[in-house]
Amino acid sequence: MDVATPLFRMEAVSKRYGGVRALEEAELTVHAGRVHAVLGENGAGKSTLIKVMAGVVAPDKGRMTLEGREVVFPDPASAIAAGVVCIFQELSLIPDLSVADNIVISNPPKRFGLIDRRAQRRIAEQALARAGGEDIHPLAPVKDLPLSRRQIVEIAKALARDPRILILDEATSALTAADVTRVFAVLKRLRSEGLALLYISHRMHEIAELADECTVFRNGRNVATYLAGSKTDNEVVEMMIGREYSHVFPPKSPAKLSDKPPVLEVRKLSWGHRLRDISLTARAGEVVGLGGLDGQGQRELLLALFGVLMGVSGEILIDGKPTQVKSPRVAKSRKIGMALIPEDRKTEGLMLPMAVKANLSFAAMDRLCHWGVIDREAERKAVEDMIRLLAIRTDGLDVPVGSLSGGNQQKVVIAKWLMVSPRIILLNDPTRGIDVGTKQEIYQLLRKLAESGAAIIFYSTDYDELIGCCNRVLVLYDGTVKRTLVEDEITERALVASALNIATDQGEAGISPAANA
Amino acid sequence: MKDWRYRLAEQRGTLLALAIFLFMFVVYVSKHPAGFTANVVQTAANKGVLLALVAMGQTMVVLSAGIDLSAGMIFIFTNCLGSYIIAGSTPMALLGVVGVLLAGLVCGALNGLIVIYGRLQPIVTTIATGSIYYGVALWLRPQPGNSDNFNSDIADFMTGRLPGGIPVSLVALFVVVLVVWLPFRRSAIGRAVYATGSSEVAAYMSGVPIARAKFWAYTLSGLLSAIGGLYLTFITYSGDASFASGGTYTLYSIAAVVLGGVSLFGGVGSAVGAIFGALAFRTIGDLLFVFDLDPLWQPLFQGVVLLLAVCVGAARLFQIRNRLDLFA
Repeated sequence: MDVATPLFRMEAVSKRYGGVRALEEAELTVHAGRVHAVLGENGAGKSTLIKVMAGVVAPDKGRMTLEGREVVFPDPASAIAAGVVCIFQELSLIPDLSVADNIVISNPPKRFGLIDRRAQRRIAEQALARAGGEDIHPLAPVKDLPLSRRQIVEIAKALARDPRILILDEATSALTAADVTRVFAVLKRLRSEGLALLYISHRMHEIAELADECTVFRNGRNVATYLAGSKTDNEVVEMMIGREYSHVFPPKSPAKLSDKPPVLEVRKLSWGHRLRDISLTARAGEVVGLGGLDGQGQRELLLALFGVLMGVSGEILIDGKPTQVKSPRVAKSRKIGMALIPEDRKTEGLMLPMAVKANLSFAAMDRLCHWGVIDREAERKAVEDMIRLLAIRTDGLDVPVGSLSGGNQQKVVIAKWLMVSPRIILLNDPTRGIDVGTKQEIYQLLRKLAESGAAIIFYSTDYDELIGCCNRVLVLYDGTVKRTLVEDEITERALVASALNIATDQGEAGISPAANA
Repeated sequence: MKDWRYRLAEQRGTLLALAIFLFMFVVYVSKHPAGFTANVVQTAANKGVLLALVAMGQTMVVLSAGIDLSAGMIFIFTNCLGSYIIAGSTPMALLGVVGVLLAGLVCGALNGLIVIYGRLQPIVTTIATGSIYYGVALWLRPQPGNSDNFNSDIADFMTGRLPGGIPVSLVALFVVVLVVWLPFRRSAIGRAVYATGSSEVAAYMSGVPIARAKFWAYTLSGLLSAIGGLYLTFITYSGDASFASGGTYTLYSIAAVVLGGVSLFGGVGSAVGAIFGALAFRTIGDLLFVFDLDPLWQPLFQGVVLLLAVCVGAARLFQIRNRLDLFA
């Protein structure tokens, strides 16, 4: 095995989405027969890196070489043909097809021009065996398999394509500990067979067990590459943090909140294995943050509180009284007074082709109606008040909301819910993809709402926001609250460390001397 | 050893449609004054095959998560075309048959190309192209009729009976399944159509040729509707540019597809199921006849039966745990 010549190189690759730099002059070198781990916090550019390698997005600049020859991947099919196979975090299986159909999907074996089902079955069984999924029946439809089994099928599917570079993006996130052990044995064997593995994971102990070398990404750049085991966890965290920009946050309320009664109290909330035993309280005037890496159950927790999920166990108390929240309609009723600012404003927050006025009054519709008829005068007045309060920039009330800028659209989503004067406000990453100016207006607004007595639960993937806005932060990991940080404990270091579920020294004094050496 | 259970589960929709059809057909035949005779079966087969063929075509497109509202118009257009070119000596008439099939292929391919490269929604695209195909049909046959030297020998054979009383139309339907559907089902393109219909994003991420899959789904849909149009020509000896008939066949083909266990969301079902769905749907109308009910009841009765059958297919919604999945 020749380690000196790299199997794959990425040189000076850049990619922008609108004004956001996802990758900036990124470099990556991958060798055959080695496991290369990629680390970085939310939005560091890891997923864009993978998408570029797998042909899902085209880079704006830069070049990629495979065995010294320049390669261009205009679509996933050409990347697969070149031997670059990716196991995506959001599963790429086709739900209605069987396991065997899925495993051979990109290149089914043929005989006389038709799919050879016997050969397909054989390939599928071999691939499943290699991936440690002997218990999965090749004829089972994928949609009937539990998530952990689907993940094994994903790996089997990748192996059936005879990859030279295998990219695993959070491939173990849905697996049980026993499955992880089996998958690791498979991955180690693949490494000894000469494959290059690119391993993206947030689980530090997995990286420690598996990786030969590591690259840390931050703000779209590769900031360090080192041999696995040559840095401590603390040093790695240190490399991952350190954002370039900072926001201006309004001062937090000095008043003591702990003596106020909780508006919302949650006891032992569980939903399948996605949410486990979550308890939390939110008092009037308090901003409670939800932290942790993307996809650890934060979105599900907000949906569960808002009555979207079925089969949720545990107790929800509003003003100390046990309450059943059966649907968003119940959640927004006067008695409960809950509002959810959703993650994806385009699909869950707004009716894009409809007018600004109509969008603003949807949630408060029953308050603006008399005997089922909309009181247009009251509606116009309420809407105008909101537009003034949030300084929404729009050419009048009747333009389609889709014509506003992203920041102003988000303000419309928030304003829509303020029209029902909610007492409990749930926010799901509300500042994603909007400009800095609007972000600051939203921070001010959150603070104002809290001071006027609302309880706010605020999920953000941006750690700065959690630090700047929240009185308390619950860090979620794998569907449970791993740690609660209060007031001064909320630091980027503590957030990153607890998000990765590793124990580090607390506070700034804990930087180990080795990090400075 | 559990293989057969998975294979059975895969065919559940088809088997359900078969059961519904058999039940209705047994009731129909047992109440029919003439009983189970070759004549009764032949008439039922000839009527049923028309919708079955259009429904097969509709299945192809629906599997890809699209919809073909021009199916009935291709059916009418090829009927009118056939009434002109299935003429003269038998070899000439056979050439005409090939011409009709080619015309259907072209219509379907046009639908596919517009949907793929024009990036237009299938509903609008096929309403528009369907209107165009109907326009051509009307131009061909402003009045119902046929050409003076229409070759009725082929027509008589194709709608007649084999020795033993088996209707040729059923044999022809069987041959179409054998020659068009089964190879499609087992080809890479067929797999790609299912994948695209089931989850277009996952299919794209898996390197499945989505554009080619859609193209063939629409093209084969056109071909199968044309075979239906051909049969209409054989049965009626003439071409008739009837707008109402085209629209009816389009809508009934969608109903037959759903009755046959094909999901309108794409990715699930089989053209064989759609055939049984079509035959069952046709039998509903005949049932009223043998029960001596007013034919005016037919639309109402058909609607009720369709609703009941579709409810059975919707039972899976009880398993959903995230209400947002209801809208996915």
